[in-house]
Amino acid sequence: MAQEMLYWQALNRAMDIEMEEDDSVFVLGEDVGLYGGSYRVTDGLYAKYGEWRVRDTPISEGGFTGVGVGAALVGMRPIVEIMTINFAMLALDSIVNGAAKISLMSGGQFPVGLVVRVPGGAAHQLAAQHAQRLEQMFMNVPGLRIAVPSTPQDAYWQLRQAIASDEPIVVLEHELLYFVKGMVDIVAEPPPMHRAAVRRPGKDLTIVSYSRMALLAQEAAAELAKEGIDAEVIDLRSLKPIDWDTCATSINKTHRLLVVEEDCRFAGAGAEMLASLTERCFFSFDAPPQRLAGLDIPTPYNGALEAASIPRVADIVDAARTLCKPAQKAAE
Amino acid sequence: MERETMHRLLRDMLLARVFEERAAEEYTKRNIAGFLHLYPGEEAVAAGVLNAASPADYIVSTYREHAHALVRGVPPGKVMAELFGRADGMSGGMGGSMHMFDRERRFMGGYAIVGESCPIGVGIAYSIAMRALPEAVICFFGDGAVNQGAFHEALNMAGLWHLPILFVCENNHYAIGTEVHRHSAVPELYKRVAAYNIPAEKIDGMDVLKVYDATRHALARIRRGGGPQFIECETYRYRGHSMADPDSYRPAVELKAYQAHDPLSAAIRNLEFRYPSPEELAAAGPDGISRLAQHMVDAGHVHEAEVEALKNDVQKIVDDAVQFAAASPPPTMDAAWRALNCNRHQEVLI
Repeated sequence: MAQEMLYWQALNRAMDIEMEEDDSVFVLGEDVGLYGGSYRVTDGLYAKYGEWRVRDTPISEGGFTGVGVGAALVGMRPIVEIMTINFAMLALDSIVNGAAKISLMSGGQFPVGLVVRVPGGAAHQLAAQHAQRLEQMFMNVPGLRIAVPSTPQDAYWQLRQAIASDEPIVVLEHELLYFVKGMVDIVAEPPPMHRAAVRRPGKDLTIVSYSRMALLAQEAAAELAKEGIDAEVIDLRSLKPIDWDTCATSINKTHRLLVVEEDCRFAGAGAEMLASLTERCFFSFDAPPQRLAGLDIPTPYNGALEAASIPRVADIVDAARTLCKPAQKAAE
Repeated sequence: MERETMHRLLRDMLLARVFEERAAEEYTKRNIAGFLHLYPGEEAVAAGVLNAASPADYIVSTYREHAHALVRGVPPGKVMAELFGRADGMSGGMGGSMHMFDRERRFMGGYAIVGESCPIGVGIAYSIAMRALPEAVICFFGDGAVNQGAFHEALNMAGLWHLPILFVCENNHYAIGTEVHRHSAVPELYKRVAAYNIPAEKIDGMDVLKVYDATRHALARIRRGGGPQFIECETYRYRGHSMADPDSYRPAVELKAYQAHDPLSAAIRNLEFRYPSPEELAAAGPDGISRLAQHMVDAGHVHEAEVEALKNDVQKIVDDAVQFAAASPPPTMDAAWRALNCNRHQEVLI
């Protein structure tokens, strides 16, 4: 039943199926309609569902995200596309003060089934204002969920789950993943949206990652295998909540942890992972757990500098190697 | 105007006034904490607008929304219990003074970020339009909100998509402490709406009949497919921005001048029955007494004693509300989690 799809096509299919099944699902955002979406994700939906269900909005991120919140309050299932995460700064009030808080503030009277889809990440020299990751900002907001699909299959599953859910959910899509191919089974039963996936089993160390970095971690694991290091790679799939059990089970087997994230290191997503997993697994560790993260610098335009500002496969290999040879390191 | 409507307008305004004055008292007794933004002086807006609305319409409000909830028909005990932070409050003690919600009455919440009610209201209106329902949204905000991006973004979308929403600007002249001519380049706020192709008018927000009529007409235009409407209600708050406001920025004489036009006194004056003199009765002819009495009744006039009785009723209602609130238990942390997790049907994930 599985078929090959690009990541963006998987997202498109997920929306199409949900829109077909439930007429309270609608899409709104900049250029999602007539233009077809700046990354093609809403391609064809405007022709099929019309302007009320695929609404081109003015460039008013705060305003139209608030429109999504209002619609969700009356039981609609809006999918807000914010063209890139960088513009989501302008929508923070609607997401943080609105969507995330209304269920509690209303004493449980109003669930907010809002999906906010946002592409992000460093991609092809877009410079500082178009090349960042802000997952750590959303992670610190109680009341939100964050999905970070790295494969077309997860993009399909998790977006469908997000649309069907009554929770406010931010789906962080990576701009460099849109044209990645993968098999998608559209009828298979999905795992829970927040369940982490063990992408590669291994016994020597656990690499925990998410989104595009989870793919790089798998490449790195293949390299490491050549020199006899057997890495287990966990793709979190969800940053809020995080499936700690899957991570802890792995760490209790491998006794070593490397967290890989594209976002900046300081107070980033990886900091939460290291802290929580150290609390859980302290006595299991054979070596201090490590983070590999983006540099604490706005992304430079120059291609070489951009590439150097975030982890590369070679960096992951190096970090894993170092982590697996703590005794030699200490002896040097 | 029907006598019944006149009565209801007066009763709602009295209730709002007495309720809010009592809330201030309970705040000084520390039964109410946090920020408390009170409504005295502005009652004609809530009473006039919301009495003209249908139960099927949606209300989106601000942090100064207790009176909106009361007029919408939320039991006063539930409003007071929310101020007390108790389990039986409108939002189960989770929202407080600034975040009151009532699903049953389509009271879609008080929002404490200035201007935030506008996009939320537009989102509800969008949903109504998508479904082609005969409902409308009534969206309240203050004069301070007209300088927020959210306000302009929301009005633009409402105008662009021709949505069924009534924007009600409660212009009490002050964005906390900054007077309207010091915060808006165009101090006649309704004129700023012209940019969005939305009909806008300014009315005396201290005259409940004018507010009621303007709202009825605006809602009728919306239901006829006339798209968004905007009413600027010029009003005044007698108290500071919140209980934390020393109110040092306004001249005392200004407050006195507005109090001379108090919306409640005006409504009462308008309603009070003046007994006809014997000469008037004689001039009215044989059937005059009943005809005149009928006219008075039709005009909604009431006897002074009736006003007193109304005041006593309202006082009793507010006393009972305080008693209800004080007797209500505090909410548990478990209830807070349940409220948050209504989003996920209480499923525990991790």
